[in-house]
Amino acid sequence: MVNVPSSIDDTIPLAEVEDVELYHPHSWWTTYVFSQDAKVIAVQYSVTALSIGLVALVLSWLMRIQLGFPGYFAFIDAERYYQFITMHGMIMVIYLLTALFLGGFGNYLIPLMLGARDMVFPYANMLSYWLYLLAVLVLVAGFFAPGGPTGAGWTLYPPQAVLSGTPGGKDWGIILMLISLILFIIGFTMGGLNYVVTVLQGRARGMTLMRMPLTIWGIFTATVMALLAFPALFVASVMMLFDRVLGTSFFMPAIVEMGEQLQHGGGSPILFQHLFWFFGHPEVYIVALPAFGIVSDLISTHARKNIFGYRMMVWAIVIIGALSFVVWAHHMYVSGMNPNFGFFFATTTLIIAVPTAIKVYNWVLTLWRGDIHLTLPMLFALGFIVTFVNGGLTGLFLGNVVVDVPLSDTMFVVAHFHMVMGVAPIMVIFGAIYHWYPKITGRMMDETMGRIHFWVTFLGAYLIFFPMHYLGLLGVPRRYYELGETAFIPASAHSLNEFITIVALIVGAAQMLFLFNLIWSLRRGKEAGGNPWRATTLEWQTPTTPPPHGNWGKELPVVYRWAYDYSVPGAAEDFIPQNQPNPDRLSMENRS
Amino acid sequence: MAVVLILVFVAVASVLFHLLSPWWWTPIASNWQYIDNTITITFWITGFVFTAVVLFVAYCVFRFRHKPGNRAHYEPESRKLEFWLATVTAIGVAAMLTPGLFVWNQFVTVPKDATEVEVVGQQWQWSFRLPGANGKLGTSETRDVSADNPLGLNKNDAAGLDDIIIEGGELHVPIGKPVKMVLRSVDVLHDFYVPEFRAKMDMVPGMVTYFWFTPTRTGTFEVLCAELCGVGHPQMRGTVVVDTEADYQAWLQQQQTFTQMMASGEVPAKN
Repeated sequence: MVNVPSSIDDTIPLAEVEDVELYHPHSWWTTYVFSQDAKVIAVQYSVTALSIGLVALVLSWLMRIQLGFPGYFAFIDAERYYQFITMHGMIMVIYLLTALFLGGFGNYLIPLMLGARDMVFPYANMLSYWLYLLAVLVLVAGFFAPGGPTGAGWTLYPPQAVLSGTPGGKDWGIILMLISLILFIIGFTMGGLNYVVTVLQGRARGMTLMRMPLTIWGIFTATVMALLAFPALFVASVMMLFDRVLGTSFFMPAIVEMGEQLQHGGGSPILFQHLFWFFGHPEVYIVALPAFGIVSDLISTHARKNIFGYRMMVWAIVIIGALSFVVWAHHMYVSGMNPNFGFFFATTTLIIAVPTAIKVYNWVLTLWRGDIHLTLPMLFALGFIVTFVNGGLTGLFLGNVVVDVPLSDTMFVVAHFHMVMGVAPIMVIFGAIYHWYPKITGRMMDETMGRIHFWVTFLGAYLIFFPMHYLGLLGVPRRYYELGETAFIPASAHSLNEFITIVALIVGAAQMLFLFNLIWSLRRGKEAGGNPWRATTLEWQTPTTPPPHGNWGKELPVVYRWAYDYSVPGAAEDFIPQNQPNPDRLSMENRS
Repeated sequence: MAVVLILVFVAVASVLFHLLSPWWWTPIASNWQYIDNTITITFWITGFVFTAVVLFVAYCVFRFRHKPGNRAHYEPESRKLEFWLATVTAIGVAAMLTPGLFVWNQFVTVPKDATEVEVVGQQWQWSFRLPGANGKLGTSETRDVSADNPLGLNKNDAAGLDDIIIEGGELHVPIGKPVKMVLRSVDVLHDFYVPEFRAKMDMVPGMVTYFWFTPTRTGTFEVLCAELCGVGHPQMRGTVVVDTEADYQAWLQQQQTFTQMMASGEVPAKN
């Protein structure tokens, strides 16, 4: 099975461009605030995303309190409840997950893992963050606007989203939401173009595409997808804004609202859904692919073993990314679109299961015969595997068109997407933060607090969302402010709702411990050194930690091998960094 | 070691929960037993995969966790193994998709003898319309909706004059006969959802949607709205009664036609 690569040295080309001088900040403001350094921008993105994520967390508590103990807090009326679910969903999907994976991890890791000094367009990169911050502020402004934020559900389906029966529909809520999305997309496009061009043009000598760590493959593919998918949301937002503000009828047919004929006519509500999900489904993978990439590297590093089937993993990422553009209408099986579409979209959707399953097999086969260190990142990676497999498999229910019919719009869907694109990617985010924190700060995060955080979060989240599927199977609809008296819903379902709420409060509280650890370890954490995990990838090989502006000091690194030379037979250590020349050709990559 | 035990516990407890939990689908009242069967197949396949993967991970952690002096095996890839895993997965996926698509074909093929029943959604109540003696529903238009014509029927369409209008009341359907539910909304999206029938479909203003089913059991069933339609969404309830043929005819005789409704000059009371 073992081949020696034909020629390692041949794959080290000369530099194509001279090392160019970076913009050097002259003041505290341009170093730490209006910074053009991708690492500073990454931290800005991450802190902003985690802060707004905290808002989403509190909103989820309030929703769960209403669902578990209806009417316990008088201020949670139906209007506020719908505002809470809408803002929770939108914040989590766009302003937390997308921003943190691409703006946060993307900015930090792309230049460092590829051996670049910075992103190729540092100024646009800086603008990207400030537009993101502006988008977040506009979003938050909804809470203070007359009428409050929109309560249209995170999918913002018209006509409901712009009518008076929905909170914020005829007030500022929906307008601010749409403007915020538009700003976010403009900001993201600046960042996204940067990530793509940096990956394609900014790599160190020897860093071929097929030597890139899977983290970069995940982030890169997700960014390309986002650049193609976000425009659909952009135009949908602009069109709905026109419908709401200028009285156009892109999405508005003839409507009688509360007995009154409106001036709209001729538009199509389904058109919005197609545009939304043409963005919305790739969005799932825009969040998932960076998580796939990162978790591959966490598993490989902490199991001291190369990722199993690297080439297959790369192709799986690319294929999943491509297929995810032809599955969007599986969110619309019961939307009233032509039902014959169901055959096509069910087939494409279930086909995605194959490359996704291959990824799962390769993660667990990486553990097989590994040397598994149960560090915090590894624990979170294991938590990811369990929750992702669970959530991925329930996707096979919802993707299979006829099975979706009874389950769509029930709590089964809520449980499914929280498990697969909420809990699972967040497991990876936590694992990644525990993993790269020492590089960013020079200190380790506290292990004991981390372990408490992991067990409460992992088991708690599983206890919340696993039983929730069965409420959906029973027929409990989603987006119900209160179930009231419903003949087919037994009293035991209400007990289950109470249980889920209590667990949700505990899991939420555990996140405070994480935030405390994050701050506490800044000063009190153990000194980490440059490469505490004994990892192979370039970011751990920087001359100083945390890496300074420009990352690499005088000399850019040169890459001689893939990112997964762990436990190479005959090597002195159980890892060989990517930038270590290898006269003995111990590496066994490129076997073909 | 704790990690191993907890992973095994997660797998075993999930299976036990599935088998023992009291929360399961409502007893079916329509012909869509096939849908339930497809869900059952899917549960078996996915349940097996989930348990196998989690137990395998637990075993790996047990067997290969770090001990001083350990070193991982070096094996970049195995095309053979990856090929077999991909093939087995593809077979498993096909085993779920194939019955699914066959059932979907039935779902989208409305029987020729199905009776049309129109459901009209508006914030936040259900109305119904049945064809009159001529067996046909008349045309309708959202623009024609007014206080005395709440469903927007076309007054110039003779086919609609004998249509039976039920506003804010109960819908009755006879057992054993296929029904095509023709769905319309005059304001926002709604979704006609009766858990016992398994089938559901959105109602979209500006277009007409549909689904069909055959009631297989008499009884009274609650209609819920399954598509967020504003603050009143959870209160948007209705009732469908599945009757024997005799009971159905008795009920039908008491209902008002469009002509009678226009003549009486008053709208049936809203609830």
